[in-house]
Formats: sequence, structure tokens, C-alpha cells
Amino acid sequence: MRPRDVFFVGLIVGCGLMLGRGLFRSPPEHIPIETAERPAVVALVDAEFRRSWSERGIEPARRASDLTILRRLNLALVGKVPSLEETRRFEALPDDRRIGEWVEVLLGDRRSADYLAERFARAFVGVEEGPFLQFRRRRFASWLSDAILENRPYSTIVRELIARRGLWTDHPATNFVSVTFDPLVEYPDPERLAARVSRAFLGVRIDCAQCHDHPFQPWTRDDFQGLAAFFGGVRSNLRGITDGAVHYEPTDRRTKSPAAVEPRAPSNPELLPDEGTPRQRLADWIVDPRNPYFSKAVVNRVWALMFGRPLVEPIDDLTEVDDPPGALVILADDFATHGHDLRRLIRAIAATEVFRLDGDDARDHDESWAAFPMTRLRPEQVAGSIHQAASLETIGPESPWLVRLITQGENNEFVKRYGDAGEDEFSPQSGTIPQRLLLMNGELIQKATKEGALTSPGRIARFAPDDARAVELAYLAVLTRRPTPEETAHFAARLEGTQGDARAKRVADLFWTLFNAVEFSWNH
Amino acid sequence: MMNRRGFLTVVGAGWLTPVGRLLAQQAEAEGSRGPARSIILLWLAGGPSQLETFDPHPDTSIAGGTRAIETAVKGIRLAEGFEQTAGEMGSIALVRSMVSKEGDHERGTYMLKTGHRPDPTVDFPSIGAVCCHELPVGAVDIPRHVSILTGQWPSRGGFLGSEFDAFQIGDPVGKPPDVAARVSSERDQRRTLDLDVVDRAFGRHRGASLDALPQRQATTAARAMMTSDQLKAFDVSQEPAAARAEYGDSPFGRGCLAARRLIEAGVRCVEVTLGGWDSHVNNHETHRRLVRALDPAFAALLRDLRRRDLLDHTVVLCCGEFGRTPRINPLGGRDHWPNGFSLAMAGGGIRGGFALGETDPEGLKDPTRPTTVEDVHATILTTLGLNPAKENVDSLTTRPLKLSDGKPIRELIG
Repeated sequence: MRPRDVFFVGLIVGCGLMLGRGLFRSPPEHIPIETAERPAVVALVDAEFRRSWSERGIEPARRASDLTILRRLNLALVGKVPSLEETRRFEALPDDRRIGEWVEVLLGDRRSADYLAERFARAFVGVEEGPFLQFRRRRFASWLSDAILENRPYSTIVRELIARRGLWTDHPATNFVSVTFDPLVEYPDPERLAARVSRAFLGVRIDCAQCHDHPFQPWTRDDFQGLAAFFGGVRSNLRGITDGAVHYEPTDRRTKSPAAVEPRAPSNPELLPDEGTPRQRLADWIVDPRNPYFSKAVVNRVWALMFGRPLVEPIDDLTEVDDPPGALVILADDFATHGHDLRRLIRAIAATEVFRLDGDDARDHDESWAAFPMTRLRPEQVAGSIHQAASLETIGPESPWLVRLITQGENNEFVKRYGDAGEDEFSPQSGTIPQRLLLMNGELIQKATKEGALTSPGRIARFAPDDARAVELAYLAVLTRRPTPEETAHFAARLEGTQGDARAKRVADLFWTLFNAVEFSWNH
Repeated sequence: MMNRRGFLTVVGAGWLTPVGRLLAQQAEAEGSRGPARSIILLWLAGGPSQLETFDPHPDTSIAGGTRAIETAVKGIRLAEGFEQTAGEMGSIALVRSMVSKEGDHERGTYMLKTGHRPDPTVDFPSIGAVCCHELPVGAVDIPRHVSILTGQWPSRGGFLGSEFDAFQIGDPVGKPPDVAARVSSERDQRRTLDLDVVDRAFGRHRGASLDALPQRQATTAARAMMTSDQLKAFDVSQEPAAARAEYGDSPFGRGCLAARRLIEAGVRCVEVTLGGWDSHVNNHETHRRLVRALDPAFAALLRDLRRRDLLDHTVVLCCGEFGRTPRINPLGGRDHWPNGFSLAMAGGGIRGGFALGETDPEGLKDPTRPTTVEDVHATILTTLGLNPAKENVDSLTTRPLKLSDGKPIRELIG
């Protein structure tokens, strides 16, 4: 046998073993997990929402079921629905602590770090491919993933992004700067950097001020140019990103000729240190706990990751509201005074009453948060969820590399066809007809609803003890809930008396129906 | 600000609704609109060289040996290889003095397709999406915005919403993707009916009726499309062999033929992509190869539209994201050049047999009568009977935004 053949035999055996891991075994024994104390900030947020509901005479929705909350957590932190295996583990945790413990499980999971890194990367460097020679997106994302897994303070991460020197290959944080490299002038573009910094870290769409003073914006064109000037000395050469003398001369509006602009903070000048390179000074100013913008901007973003909708819309423009929501202020204060700890923030949001409310059409208003908002899933979430539901076991870093590779390739193709939401991750989007066609007749769905012996439908058809249990397993795998009695009756009747391939086809059809149901493509 | 429910109700707005169809038929029958009602965009992805296409400067140092041919219009010459297009010159307007500030592929593509510079605070719709949004729905139950042989950056709906994104297909032989169920129709119908069981349970839990749930309308419309007779418009294998031969036996030729079929069926905008023009190396060879596909397809499309009385109602635009440097680099290539490139337009009442602006035969001076991308968009919108200054509101930022910031080019629309 040639080495290649040996390799393939090994691979097939490996896949077989992986698929054979006990799906129908009893749940694993409970090993207690250290959960952090419920931060005091949660009670403050809860009280704030309660106060606003009673002021407006709103009765909030009832509490959601634990499985619904499990689904939300996995979608928010891993980007896909929980596997049947995970659902089993979750249900084996003690009732009163399972949600808190599950948050800890996910926060320590590489899949979660990877997913969150990708979400943040979109805000930091966008989705454009960037200049080919000067930009390494994957390095950047994996650096960010490591930082998130280590729970490096968010302020440290941001400081590196803004001020780091060196090559984009050795110091991946520098890709934040190098992605704006302009081939015409051969250095990173100060104005694109200023726009990015203000949107991603400060929650201010100052870019409009690039051309004109916006009547409703607190920051002016001069503020924008003062911010851009901090990047006026950035150069890109063989040593990577370096700092030279500041040279930023935009065209003056009145004289129509270039005029030098000095670095200047758009607000709170007292927080700007005198020491350091312009980029270091800007970074210090941004991440200072007293900076009124920084913490609010990240809280709004993380809230959106958890709920599918930010507290203030659009996500990167907090200046549109005169009076920021109480919850935003409370969480931002806590974030600023507790070391810019992203995990603490995620834990706190997951522990709030609002996060655990049920979905309810009558209460699903934009601002009251009296029910969990129903939002459309991102294309990656849909693709990841289809893959996950089709596998029963958790797909992650422990899966064989081939499984992960295929998953990745198929997901990318699906995302392209489904329509990538780009950087505007949380803008409201309605469903489209190509999306429905893809979910009904696309290749990914076809594979996920095959009736073969190794697929979820095939295995459930063959191994579930009875019709009702088969229906339940399908519901848990795809929708992370148990069927209602009517649903059980309806679909059990579909399976009644069937055997072998015919039965597997009926289960496959049930999977198809569940994939195409409204609740599968939405967060709720 | 518009609430989320508001967005959900516009599902399918880009598609057929019974009332929309009725209104559209009325509007079109009355002829109350401007002459043009559709756009075909022949998208030359990568940035074609003006010198090897619509603006040759033979016998100069910048030509690098490229020769020119005479056309049906005296005084207007095209680069060699465009023999068939030359015969249609009477219908074609050239703009040889296009200027833009975008020399990067992605930014240039956005600029040309939307008519606006990339701006991180707004996601502008491409002109096809604007066209679908502004013009009557028409009697179609297939997508009204189609992208054939989709390249890297297809036309998008931008702030108008993803329902205005172009529907993407490959080589138009056979059915478009994902319109056929992969199981027997008996199984497909049963599992589709079963959707109501699951959706009803979900709706009951949320206190919502089936009709109030999002996505259900889109599912219904998608199922209507799956059985629509108009799907045939995507399939050029239904054309006689002679017609297919006229367009040239290439994916791009078939794409142009499908574009004509789709326009005939009532589709508003079709983009057909011919990629590979990014000739940093071996510019002349690259262009010779691509022009062999472009020339017969472009010419046949114009002839075919004219024969079917569709040319006056269809604007055809042929361009890429920028042009290429007059100077030839050491690898025999030309690099990106947004300052003096060419585009071709025809149909929809555009004045044919005309060339606007001139570039410097030595490639040093700026072009005369510099023309912006914004102005080209304003011109196309005008031929469609739309006012470029009309404002739409970006639902996300509530900013009112003009369809185009440009002014119609008087010379082209008379």
C-alpha cells in the first residue's frame, strides 16, 4: 500500500470511530464547574429595565425555557445551535446553575474564541480583502482568538491594534493599520484609520465629518482631521508598520490648498498623555477608563452579539441618541472600572433578566426589551447550525481536520450564496427568495438531509427506540426544543409502521421541514 | 426610525405580488414612463485597457503596436478585434474621458456599480437595485435583478435591503441553481405542507399568527418561482443554434443571450460578467483573448435587441472598474488607471454614433471633457425616466440620499 492509501484508510477508520461515539449513551456525569459570582451589576441592569417597564406600564414576557437560553448562548458565543451531545450535557447540569455553568463552558471553548474573534475582526478590519502584500487576515483573526481565549483586557487588545509596530506577519495586531495601506501613496491611510477608530472603538460615525460638518453630530471636520493626524506619521516598509514624523496635510476647505493638521483629541483633551508616539498617545486616550465613549461602544457591540440587536442603533453610532439607555451606562461603568474584562461583560449580559425573557410578538418592541428580540441569523450561523444539526456530535477543534475542512469550505460557499451581511452585521434584514431556495433545495441541505446510515436522520431512524423518540431527537438536534404534543402526534404518524430506508427518508424529510421552519433561521 | 416589523413587511417587494403585477402592467401599457425600462450591464471585471478597446491611439508610443479599425461611424475608430461591434457603432455612445478617484478593484467596482464613492457610513445600492426599487414591478415571478457569471463583487441592494441583491447564476444552460427540489414531488409537497405544523407551534408560542411570522412570504414566493414558466428565460439551450452562434460560443456570449431573454421576460437589470482584464502582465495578449468573447456578444446583443424592438427600452452599459496605464510596464502589462478610461453605452434613447471626450495620444495630459461616474449614473437614471436628485432614506441612519449626485450628460441624451 502506498502511504497515501494508508492515510485514507486511517482517515476513514477515524471518521467512523468519531461517528460511532455513543450518541445514545446516558448523559455524562456531572463535574462541577467553577462559576463566577453573579456580578452585582446584573441586579442594577435588571432594576433599570424593571423601572422602565413599570414607568411605561409594560408587563415583560415570561421567562424562556432553559433550552431556549442554551440555543441563544451557543448562537451568540459559538455561532451555531448546540449539538445534541451538548444539549445532553447541558441538561445533565443541576437545574439552578446550568446556565451560568454553560456560559463558563463556552467561554473556555476555542470555538467560542474563534467565533468572537471573527465578529470583532469585522468591526476592526472589515471584510474587504485588503492589500494583498500588506495584510494577513487569518493571522489577525487567530491572534485575536488567542487574545480572547486568554481573556486579555479589551483595552490591551485595542492598544496593540492602534499602536503596535512591526511586520503584519510577526505582529498580527499591525494588520489593523496595514489593511488601510494605500498603494497609490504607499502608506496607510490616516483618514480611513481615523474613521475605523472612531466607529469601532468610540461608537462615533465621524466619517461624515470627513467632507462636511454634520448638523447633528457633536464632532466636526476639524475633530476628524485632528484624529486622523495621529496616524500622519505611520509608514509601512520592510520592517513593517513604523512611526515617522507626522505629515498630514489635507486640503483646507477655505484656501483649497494643503494645510498641516496637528494631532488633537476630539474630546476630553485632559486624558491625552504628553509622552509617547502619536499612536501610543491616541491609544492611551481611547482606552482611558474616563473616556466617555470607549466602554459604551464595546458594551453596545457585545450586547448585539448576545441579542442579535444592539442597545443603540446603528451599532457604531451612539451619538444619535441624546440620552443613552440606562443599561448601556451601567454596563459601561462596570466594564471601565473592572479592567475592561470581556468575559465579565458577557457573563453579566447572559445573567440579566432580559437575556432570559421569552420571545413574544406583542412585546417585541425595539426599545423596551420586554421580550427577547427576534432577529435573523447571520449566514454563518445558519450554515454552522445546519452542519451541526446534521452531525449530532459537536463539530469543533477536536473533530478530524478533514471534517473541519469540508465544513469550512461548504460553509463559505453557503455564506456567499446566502448573502454575507458584511460589516453591517446587525442591520435589520428581511429574508430573501434566494435564501429560501438555498434552504429548500441547496446542496448543504441536501447533504444534511440524506438518509444514509451515518447521517443524523439515518441514525435516528435506525436507533431511536420509538416513533415519538425519533421525532423528539430530530427536534432537539435542529431546533433545540422538544416538540409539542400536536407536533409529536403529527410527525410520529408520519413514521408509523415504516422501516429501513423508507423510515430514514421520513426522518430526513422531518429534518428538511425543521431546517425550513421559521424558527430555525431566526434567533428568538 | 422604521421598526423591525416594517422591514419584514417588505419581504418580496422586489418580486411579484398580485397587486404589484396589476399596477405594473397598467403603468407599462400606458407608457407613462420614460422610454427605457431595463438595464444590461456588461461588466468587464479587472479593468480593461481603453487603448485596446474603445479608445485606441494607433502608431503612438503608448499603443504598443495596437492597431485601430474603422467603424460604421466616420471618424470613430475602435481597437482591432472589435470588427462586429464596429458595425453597430451607429447605436453606441463612447465616453473616452471617464475619471474616477478609485484605483483599487473593490473600491472601483463599488464606484462604477453604485455611482457613489465607497463611504463606510452608507451602503449604496447598485444601479440595478435602484432600478428594481424605483420602477414598477412588472409581470414577473422570477428575480428582477440577475447577475450572470457573477464575479467577486456582485451588484447588491445596499441600504435598500438584501431583497434587491442580484440573483446569481453561472453559465446559463439549464435551470438556475436551487430551483428544483432534490426529492420526488410527492415527498417535497408533503414536507412543505408539514412546515405549517412547525411554524404554527412556534407562532402560538410567541402569540403570533402564521401570517405575522417573517420569512413565510418569501417561502411562498420561492415556491411560486420553482414552478414558474418564466424560468425558461434563464436557459439559452432553448434558443436556435444560429442565435447561440451569433453571440459566440462562450459563457459570456451565452450570458448576453440569456440577458436578452430575461429582459424580454420583464427582468429589470441583468449584469453579465466577463472577468480577467487585470493585465499587469501581457496586456495585449490578455486583451486579444477577451475581446474575442466580448466583440461578437456585444454586437449580437445590440442587433438582437433592435430586431425585437427592445433596444429603445433597454440601456446597455459596457465597462469595467477603471482603465489601464498608457505606459506599458516592463512585463508587457498595463497597470490601474482611473484617470481617462472608456465606457460604451447603447440603447434606451442614448445618442449613438458618438464619442465624448479625448485622451492624450501621449498619455501625459488629462483627458478633455472629463466625465465622472456620477454623471454616467445620472444619465442612465434619466433615460429610465428617473430623477437623479430624487432622495431615498437610508433606513439605518435615516439619512436622505440622492439616487445620484451627478448630472445627466446632455450630449448623450440630446
